[in-house]
Amino acid sequence: MIMTSQPDATGHFGPYGGRFVPEVLMAPLEELERAYFEARNDPAFQAELTDLLTRYAGRPTPLYYAKRLSETLGGAKIYIKREDLLHTGAHKINNCLGQALLARRMGKKRIIAETGAGQHGVATATVCALFGLECVVYMGEEDMRRQRLNVFRMRLLGATVAPVANGSRTLKDAISEAMRDWVTNVETTHYLLGSVLGAHPYPMIVRDFHRIIGEETRAEILKREGGLPDVLLACVGGGSNAIGLFHAFIGDESVKLVGVEAGGRSGRLGDHAARFAGGAPGVLHGSQSYVLQDSDGQIALTHSVSAGLDYASVGPEHAWLHDRHRAEYTFVRDVDALAAARTLARTEGIIPALESAHAVAEAIRRAPGDTGKVYVVNLSGRGDKDTDIYRENFPELEHSARPTDGPGCAVL
Amino acid sequence: MQPTRIQLLFDRLKNEGRAALIAYLTAGDPSPERTPELVAALERGGADLIELGVPFSDPIADGPVIQRGADRALKAGTTLPKVLEIARRIREKSEIPLLLFTYLNPAFQYGFERLARDMKAAGIDGCLLTDVSVEEAAQYVKIMRGIGLDTVFLAAPTSTERRLQLVAAYSSGFVYLVSRTGVTGERTALSESVAPLIRRMRAITSTPLAVGFGISTPEQAGAVAKMADGVVVGSAIVRLIEQHADNDGLESFARSLRTAVGQAEACPTAGQAEACPTGSRP
Repeated sequence: MIMTSQPDATGHFGPYGGRFVPEVLMAPLEELERAYFEARNDPAFQAELTDLLTRYAGRPTPLYYAKRLSETLGGAKIYIKREDLLHTGAHKINNCLGQALLARRMGKKRIIAETGAGQHGVATATVCALFGLECVVYMGEEDMRRQRLNVFRMRLLGATVAPVANGSRTLKDAISEAMRDWVTNVETTHYLLGSVLGAHPYPMIVRDFHRIIGEETRAEILKREGGLPDVLLACVGGGSNAIGLFHAFIGDESVKLVGVEAGGRSGRLGDHAARFAGGAPGVLHGSQSYVLQDSDGQIALTHSVSAGLDYASVGPEHAWLHDRHRAEYTFVRDVDALAAARTLARTEGIIPALESAHAVAEAIRRAPGDTGKVYVVNLSGRGDKDTDIYRENFPELEHSARPTDGPGCAVL
Repeated sequence: MQPTRIQLLFDRLKNEGRAALIAYLTAGDPSPERTPELVAALERGGADLIELGVPFSDPIADGPVIQRGADRALKAGTTLPKVLEIARRIREKSEIPLLLFTYLNPAFQYGFERLARDMKAAGIDGCLLTDVSVEEAAQYVKIMRGIGLDTVFLAAPTSTERRLQLVAAYSSGFVYLVSRTGVTGERTALSESVAPLIRRMRAITSTPLAVGFGISTPEQAGAVAKMADGVVVGSAIVRLIEQHADNDGLESFARSLRTAVGQAEACPTAGQAEACPTGSRP
């Protein structure tokens, strides 16, 4: 059965999704859903969005054949979908432009958002500057430390970055704080949620705004390869770039969909963000999905070297794709993601975001010997924001005159 | 099905012509051992009903005071089974109505059927899950009601007429009206949303209406008691516990609230809230 009509009328993907929020937010969610359906059917809205995506954000993004990487690995032919080349440096801008137009349509003048890696925060701050909207971005203090550059970019764009000191001081706590703000200021404020998370209609809205990633990929690969790809790979934090890539292919049963979660530093609860490997069904931040939690239903702390994947739950549509065996979910450890980033940098001259490096690592693991197969890796973001973390993890590069290992060339 | 202690309480207070004082505290804050004596102090001070909060790691509807209370309770090792044990200990000495108050995930992991059975056995009278909308509540309500427990739902100033009707239909014992948009916490002024929300809800249901969120002083409690059938005070109590108030301190705070609530004459009949606006006697 093709599942493209999901979610159902009450926002469920099978048993997942739904609307689990305090009553204060229920009517506003109904209003948002109504406004979104109207906008979706309004040619003028779609035309304005397409124009912004093309002329402002830089769509379509290239589908690049990574020849040197493929040849080095000796197997599958790897294509890279270059979402990292979009304005602001990641796929997040697709959703932010769409939701900003929606907010304007609903007459909301104030925008709030959460951010983990800061990419969604930067994209939100960007569209708020573009549309003249007030912008407050909630960000965990730990993430502010890890992603200093993005904090400054948001401020430069005119946004207020509100530090969150609760809990693990990461994405989970930033979402909680954004929801508290929204509960309080719902009449004037649109919550520009950055992933396929939260209460219905968010997982549907965010997915629809990223669906273009897969649509472009599908059209382009058919032209280039004369057929569908064999494997799609994308990292999964909340899962917005992954669902964006996957969605146009869900009906194509021959196409394997692979979501890559953060394996962190070990398989112990608290050391990773591999929700499908270590979690169980539960409810967090408005929807039912797989959740990392203890036996008492308390949400577990998580760890990943990449702030954007460091979250205890996952988009409900992914949970459904998982249970239906339509997509498979695996995880990559911190150390392998870091190594993959270096490999991609040195074979293709592309420094990926640490989040996207998880998908690259899984491609690197699978490709050798998989001759004749075509892979597409979604490179959801670029690595500039992660320079500090790369420096911490590759101290040997600080002073050496030439690369110490791996393919590459000496820089004189 | 026998009426619950919650239903009997509101029936009795209707005859007495006053509103109920409902006190919230987080079970296990500062320790599971302390909670029964804190509840006893609140009862001595005049609390009519206790909302026993089960701490949750990510309480999105709560402001900083109750968030910190939940943190303290979790650090002290409070779990849902421990809260049930606390309720049993309270019930050994008291017949005060108890409402379990928490978020969905701990209840979901425990299992609704098992939770309903164990709540009943512990002497708890009803349940409120702040992040369960009526749309998602069918199974939960069926199980709770099936064993004779009340299910209380929130209504908010943002709720549409259609939603108020749903909330009324799913609520038993009382309906919890959220005084304003926002999280729990103390506020200097009573929200102007309270009176219209009570009016709208009175037109829909005869179930008792309690008002909470942002009520922290005797003056505010007294003002709300003129309009509603119950007044919920939470953050102000949790703040006292945070400041290491002893049992007597908590008792005297409850008494000041209870005095204010007792002095406010309730509106004589449901459906006539318009006849008794804030600040004037009927």
